[in-house]
Amino acid sequence: MKYSAFSIFTNALSGHKNWQPAWRNPDPKPAYDIIIVGGGGHGLATAYYLAKEFELKNIAVLEKGWLGSGNIGRNTTIIRSNYMLPGNNPFYELSMKLWEGLEQDFNFNAMVSQRGVLNLYHTDPQRDAFARRGNAMRIDGVDAELLDRDAVREMYPHFDYDNARFPIRGGLLQRRGGTVRHDAVAWGYARGSDMRGVDIIQNCEVKSIRTEQGRVVGVETSRGFIVCKKLGLAAAGHSSEVAAMAGIKLPIESHVLQAFVSEGLKPFIDGVVTFGAGHFYVSQSDKGGLVFGGDLDGYNSYARRGNLPMVEHVVEAGVAMIPALSRIRLLRSWGGVMDMSMDGSPIIDKTSVQGIYLNAGWCYGGFKATPASGFCFAHLIAKDEPQHTATAYRLDRFRRGYMLDEKGQGATPNLH
Amino acid sequence: MLIPCPHCGIRPVEEFTFLGDAKPQRPQSNDPATMDQWFDYVYLRDNPRGLFDEYVHHSGGCRSWMVVTRNTETHEIKACVPARDYKKKQS
Repeated sequence: MKYSAFSIFTNALSGHKNWQPAWRNPDPKPAYDIIIVGGGGHGLATAYYLAKEFELKNIAVLEKGWLGSGNIGRNTTIIRSNYMLPGNNPFYELSMKLWEGLEQDFNFNAMVSQRGVLNLYHTDPQRDAFARRGNAMRIDGVDAELLDRDAVREMYPHFDYDNARFPIRGGLLQRRGGTVRHDAVAWGYARGSDMRGVDIIQNCEVKSIRTEQGRVVGVETSRGFIVCKKLGLAAAGHSSEVAAMAGIKLPIESHVLQAFVSEGLKPFIDGVVTFGAGHFYVSQSDKGGLVFGGDLDGYNSYARRGNLPMVEHVVEAGVAMIPALSRIRLLRSWGGVMDMSMDGSPIIDKTSVQGIYLNAGWCYGGFKATPASGFCFAHLIAKDEPQHTATAYRLDRFRRGYMLDEKGQGATPNLH
Repeated sequence: MLIPCPHCGIRPVEEFTFLGDAKPQRPQSNDPATMDQWFDYVYLRDNPRGLFDEYVHHSGGCRSWMVVTRNTETHEIKACVPARDYKKKQS
């Protein structure tokens, strides 16, 4: 169904009782040309661009749970393209451009709000590092402004500028960054792919992958065997498990990341702000809740829940940045499983098995990448060659020594 | 998460630092021909959902290294032994 002002008007006349489901709920067919494993943001975006941009047919998305039940529904909704390395930033800027046109493209309100992303700095070396990153961004045609203390104070007068340990000296601002309604991204892509004939099959867990002579032939699922010519893996935190079904061992560990939302408040924080030294970032949702998070808990986990010490740590950092936070109440917290790669950057590549393509290793930065990840993965699957902004995301870069390590931490997934 | 340190008894998780997977074994040779072993040791992980052996440092306690066997799906801890004992058993 096409959404328009007219459809809202006519449905209003019938008491909004005749809206149709936004996508079908089909049974799996015995065979598809392309199967995507994982009905989250990246999987659905891949299916959408395969059908729309590359005009391919006979595609299915297999989802173990319900659509969008993983990290697309668990993230803190931030979009930005403030990376530094040449292999990264053009890709994230492609993503930002796709976000900017996304709602018109799939005719669905994803509440893309470019309210600005501000990274605070506390020391001279940190300012130098931010100036360098801002310059690298501008070289790639991305907007970046280095703000001094007064400029930040004008935007956010209620922060603690004279904190004894982490005084705020200024910040790096990307005005085009912001937030997006995360669930609506999954729904918009699902609806857009469904309209173009993609079968989105929920409650269909892939149990094993069948290969013959180094080539994929199909997948054994909880709803029977399905033949496929090409198989795209977009299983996020469970990538290692799915890849192991095809005998592929990945440079990935799964870790838990927690996020939090407070009770609803009146307008309090306009954009997205990160506390440079204290592992804390925050924005305010349109409902008024402060959405915030920090670092990984630090141990391998598939539990989708973390422990209290990290809750305390994040809240302490938050109160150090904004003392007024001490008076608000936490509404809820949750956790997600992050596919932490060994250099902190993602993988979009072919694999050693012919016909199997891998999209993984998004660490905790997968949400902002959703459109470009889908677009580039679709490009790879459709044309068998990488999209030009995603050529650095090769699986063999670890073996060859071409790491894409923004943070410079080395092969320590819990520190990226 | 509470970790039963063999020296200090049951202690809260915030006293510990996690290094990660204890299973990969450092190759013995520096010969470039052992490149694949090194690649495997440095970068590739089984990343199991279930029981997992990991190096943990009791950085806020006795400062000794140990290996914790923990279920990555439930966070249930099965065992915690000194790293030396684990290594002996491994080799």
